[in-house]
Order: sequence, then structure tokens, then C-alpha cells
Amino acid sequence: MIAKKIRVLIAKPGLDGHDRGAKVIARALRDAGMEVVYTGLRQTPEQIVEAAIQEDVDVIGLSILSGAHNFLFPRVMELLKERGVDDILVIGGGIIPDEDIPGLKEVGIAEVFTPGTPTSKIVEFITSNVNK
Amino acid sequence: MFDKDSLKKLEEAKNNWEESKIKKALSKFPERYEKFYTNSNLEVERLYTELDIKDMDYNRDLGFPGEYPFTRGVQPTMYRGKFWTMRQYAGFGTAEESNERYKFLLSQGQTGLSVAFDLPTQIGYDSDHPLAQGEVGKVGVAIDSLKDMEILFDGIPLDKVSTSMTINAPASILLCMYIAVAEKQGVSPEKLAGTIQNDILKEYVARGTYIFPPEPSMRLITNIFEYCSKNMPKWNTISISGYHIREAGATAVQEVAFTLADGIAYVEAALKAGLSVDDFAPRLSFFFNAHNDLFEEVAKFRAARRLWAKIMKERFKAQNPKSMMLRFHTQTGGSTLTAQQPDNNIVRVTIQALAAVLGGTQSLHTNSRDEALALPSEDSVRIALRTQQIIAYESGVADTIDPLAGSYYVEHLTNTIEEKAREYIEKIDSLGGAIRAIEKGFMQQEIQDSAYRYQKEIESGRRIVVGVNKFQIEEEPPKGLLKVDPEVGRRQIEKLNKLKSERDNIAVSNSLKELGEKAMTDENLMPYILNCVRNYATLGEICDILREEFGEYKASIMI
Repeated sequence: MIAKKIRVLIAKPGLDGHDRGAKVIARALRDAGMEVVYTGLRQTPEQIVEAAIQEDVDVIGLSILSGAHNFLFPRVMELLKERGVDDILVIGGGIIPDEDIPGLKEVGIAEVFTPGTPTSKIVEFITSNVNK
Repeated sequence: MFDKDSLKKLEEAKNNWEESKIKKALSKFPERYEKFYTNSNLEVERLYTELDIKDMDYNRDLGFPGEYPFTRGVQPTMYRGKFWTMRQYAGFGTAEESNERYKFLLSQGQTGLSVAFDLPTQIGYDSDHPLAQGEVGKVGVAIDSLKDMEILFDGIPLDKVSTSMTINAPASILLCMYIAVAEKQGVSPEKLAGTIQNDILKEYVARGTYIFPPEPSMRLITNIFEYCSKNMPKWNTISISGYHIREAGATAVQEVAFTLADGIAYVEAALKAGLSVDDFAPRLSFFFNAHNDLFEEVAKFRAARRLWAKIMKERFKAQNPKSMMLRFHTQTGGSTLTAQQPDNNIVRVTIQALAAVLGGTQSLHTNSRDEALALPSEDSVRIALRTQQIIAYESGVADTIDPLAGSYYVEHLTNTIEEKAREYIEKIDSLGGAIRAIEKGFMQQEIQDSAYRYQKEIESGRRIVVGVNKFQIEEEPPKGLLKVDPEVGRRQIEKLNKLKSERDNIAVSNSLKELGEKAMTDENLMPYILNCVRNYATLGEICDILREEFGEYKASIMI
């Protein structure tokens, strides 16, 4: 039996234009056998949730380096709940201070990956935590 | 430059050395790798000699400082006359807080200002725009109108400092605000010194704060060239930037090639708009990155200078030597900083800053050790500035010009980088120039490939990053990071509402309407933007009018 591929949406919420990390991770996940959709820059939480539903993804990876994560990440989680798709595994990454991480996990972000994380660790996390 | 006989003897001697000494040495102690590469994947030989630069002609290829092709530097005495401008990029929260930081930096011996704007400002949204939520004051200062700009420069005499502003899509609006603040201080535009980044092409390629499509964007840029050539002779009208291209993952060669290709596109746009090359080209400036590979970086700066000089002279037939001079600002490499063991970043920044100085930079920003974690704290910024001061006053490297010239390795690398960058530029020419190449995603794809290769090298352990994939330790979370007050958004919106209730709203809407009408003509928009700004029209209002006329850029997505 061929297992269904894990589908991932890599998203850039907010106005931040730093997408080197997002693109590198998108490629690494693809090389690891996942199907990856990248939203491009400047997505609102509404657009991200809509894309996740349209693309029927198992995982959302949110990348942000501007410091707006405390506002934008919880907003994405709220909308996922409203739309009844809160079984999607949501992970985050970027310049995110350690002290902000517990708060983000509390609203449902499964894990936050900060600078220096090997992509293999992210692949591993997704594979073992995705709801399949 | 080298005598044929002695080269022949050298070659023989080198062969002998390889046959006798090297073979023996390798059999006992193999080298660390089979092949060595620079940070940008150029192969590095074991040893460089005259043989590697045997075609070099001193007068033709290096010349003298302040003279074509400017390989050795753009000024005749370089840092023996005066040091580079020490210019730390700063700004966060409200105009009041940033004004305080600027006064602190000036009191610490900084010699120029560099303004960081928040993302809503850079993308032309006021602080009360729905998309601005959570972003106000985060990565820079929030500027909604002339009112904020007056506060930002309060007590800072604009005829005494030079100011660099990292602003691109709405550059003309922020420049007009600066002119208007200066007017209120009694300083006329021709006395103003500074730089606006104003480089939209690299926004499409790497940085992401675009608003309008390429064509109207290029028009706004050439409007600025024209306006400044008549009214602001000391102003750098653009800072053509490789910095962000490098940060996005490009190699040193790609950084030079794509930056100069963008430069060519700006020159062509200005010529097409009817300007003559020597009227605007002397005010073009550049902005590069400095990474850890010391010699490669020095060679990169030297190669960029020589290549640009040739392009301006040969391709664009510039007559004024100032049109051929590549003057540049350097910032140390943000992407080289590690969140792990952040104090190690001080050492990285020192190497990078040294590269910039040995490469002949005109101004320099040194990153702070904590920037992989947050905006820098005051203590970290002080160390970063002190790093420059130690290089300037204690290391001695600034006392003679271009001290690495003549190094077989550095000259060889300079030649290689120039040659490979030239090949890229030819490729971009064949795609129809930089704008077309960007629309086709060529530069973006090349950069992404480099970024991904770099990441894979780290993960395979072929590339070592100290503290990240080797020499790791258990660490406590860092303390004393700067936190932007989450209330800044609310305060900024209050100020905006107050402004809108106090200003002459009829004058605002009349000036906006006039700007909208002129946007569709060929007229220079600068005077009309200046008029809007003086009436306290907000940045968002002005950009909205232009969005209506010009439309918005839609990026093509590829991974």
C-alpha cells in the first residue's frame, strides 16, 4: 500500500518579506517526500486558513521574522477553530523569543522552531505528530 | 606585469615543490578536504603565486585610488583623510523612542543616522490599516505623516548630520517628508546629505516591500533622480542593494552580478526618461553585505568597483569619473548571526567589518550580537559601534590604502569574481535585462538554489557553523533583549486620529486629487508629493492614490 503523502502549507503571515527560511523549509519538506504549497508573502490569517482548507493540508508551517507572531499566530489558530479544521498540525518558525513560545503553544501551535534548527528536525517532528 | 622567464622558473619550482614536498606531506597527513571552497563555492587552491595573476597589468587592472577603474578605492587618500561613516541602522516603536535612540547613538560617537521604518510604513499603510495590526513599530519606527517625521528628527540639526533611510516603494514620500522637516528647521534642500534606498528591483527579488508594478516604480525612481540632480546635489538618490540579495542566500558572485544588473536597469530607465548619464550617475550609490570569508569579501568589493567603472565607461559612455565610482555602504551579514551562543557574533561581526574596511567601504553598519533573537539592545549596539571604532583607531588597517592589493590570492579572487559576475550580467542581458529577468524569476531561482545548497552543507556537516552544528553547549535563554512596547500600535493610531481632526482636510484632499491626476501624465511627481506631505496627508493616503492609478505588484511564487 502506498501511504498518502503528507500535505503541507508553508505560509508567510503579515508584512514581513524574509522568506529565505520559508523557501528552504518548503524544499526540504518536498525532498522528504511531502507535498508542499507555499503561499508567498503578505498573507492575512484569513487567506492562510482559506488556502489550508482549499489545499486540504495536514500541516501548516507559519514563518515570521518581524515580531508580529504574538498577534498573527493566535489569529490563525482562532480561525482554524472557527472553520472546524483544528485537526491541522500547526508549527511556527522565525525570530521568536523563547519567552513568547509557551504562550504560542497554549493557543495550539504544536512547536516553534527558531534559527539554527536543522530541517531534518522539522521533518521528523511533522512525521511523528501529523494527524493521519 | 611579470617577466616571462621568471614565471617559467617559478612554474618549474612550483612543480618541483608539488612533486617532492607536497606528495610526501599528503602521504603522511592528508588535507582536511579533498577540495576547498570559499563561502560562495569558488574553489580555493593550496597556494597562489604570480602564476595565478600572470596576465595582470597594474595600470590597467588596479590603477590608483581615486582613479579609474577604482579597484583600489574611490578616494585618493581613503581612510588616511577620514574614516568611513559609522552608521548604525536603528529605529523602533514610535518616533519619540527612535529619536531618543538616535541621540544616544550620536552621543556615542556615531557619525551618521540610518533610519529603520516599520513594515506598514515601508509598504505604504498607515498604522490603522487592518494589515498593519501587530506590525506597527516592530522592525522600525512607525511614520504616518510629516508630524511623526518632525518628532523623529527633533533636536537633530539636519544640516549637520547625514541620514540614510531604508525606504523603497514609498521613497519619494519619505524624502519629501525629510525635505519638509528640514524646511521647518530652516535648512534648504541643497544642504541635505544622505541616502534613500529607493531600490525597488531588489524588493521584487529578495526583500519583499514592494507596492507598485515595475513600470510606475521605475518612473517614481527616475523622478527622484531628476528632482535631486536639480535640487539636492549632496543626496544619494538610490542605494542599489546587494545586501538583501545576499541575505536571501545568494553567493558573493551573485550579489555583485545581480546588484550591478539592477544598477544597469536604473541607468537605462533614467536615460530613457531623457536624463543624461553624467547628471544623475554621480549620485548613485551601492549597498553590500559582508560575510565571514574575509578574503572573498575583500575581493568582492574590489571586483564590484572595477566592474561598475567599466560598465559606466564602456557601456554608458560616462565622461565624469564620478559617474564611474562605485561608492558603497556595507552592513555585516545578518544571516551569519547565530541565536546559539550569541556573544560569538561579536567575533563574526569583527571579521566582517574588517572585510568591509579592507574592501574600502564608505560607510558601515555593524550588527549587534543579539540580532538573531530580537532588535538589538542598547548595550549590544554599543559593542557593535565600538567594534568599528577599534578597527578604525587601534588595528592600523586604515592607515594605508587597499592593503591586500598584490596578494596573489586576493587579486586572483578579484579577477574570478569580476569574470563570473560579468557572465551573469551577460546572461541577464540575454533575458532582456534585470526587470525581465526578475519577472521570469531567474534571479530568485538562482538565489534559492544557493540558499538551499548552503543549508544542506550545514546539515551534512560539510560546513561548520560554530555553536550551531559543532561546539554546541546547553544554554540559558538570553537575557536583556529589547522588547517593543505592544501598546505602540494603539498610541500611533491615537496620534493619527488627532492629526486627521486638526489638519486642513480640504487642502489635503485637493493636493491628493492633484497628485492622482498628475500620476497619469509624464510630469515629475516630486513637487506634487511634497505638496501633499506639507499639508499633512498621510503616507497611506498618498500611497492609496498612487495604488489607484498604478495598481499593485503581484509576485510570482516559486519554490
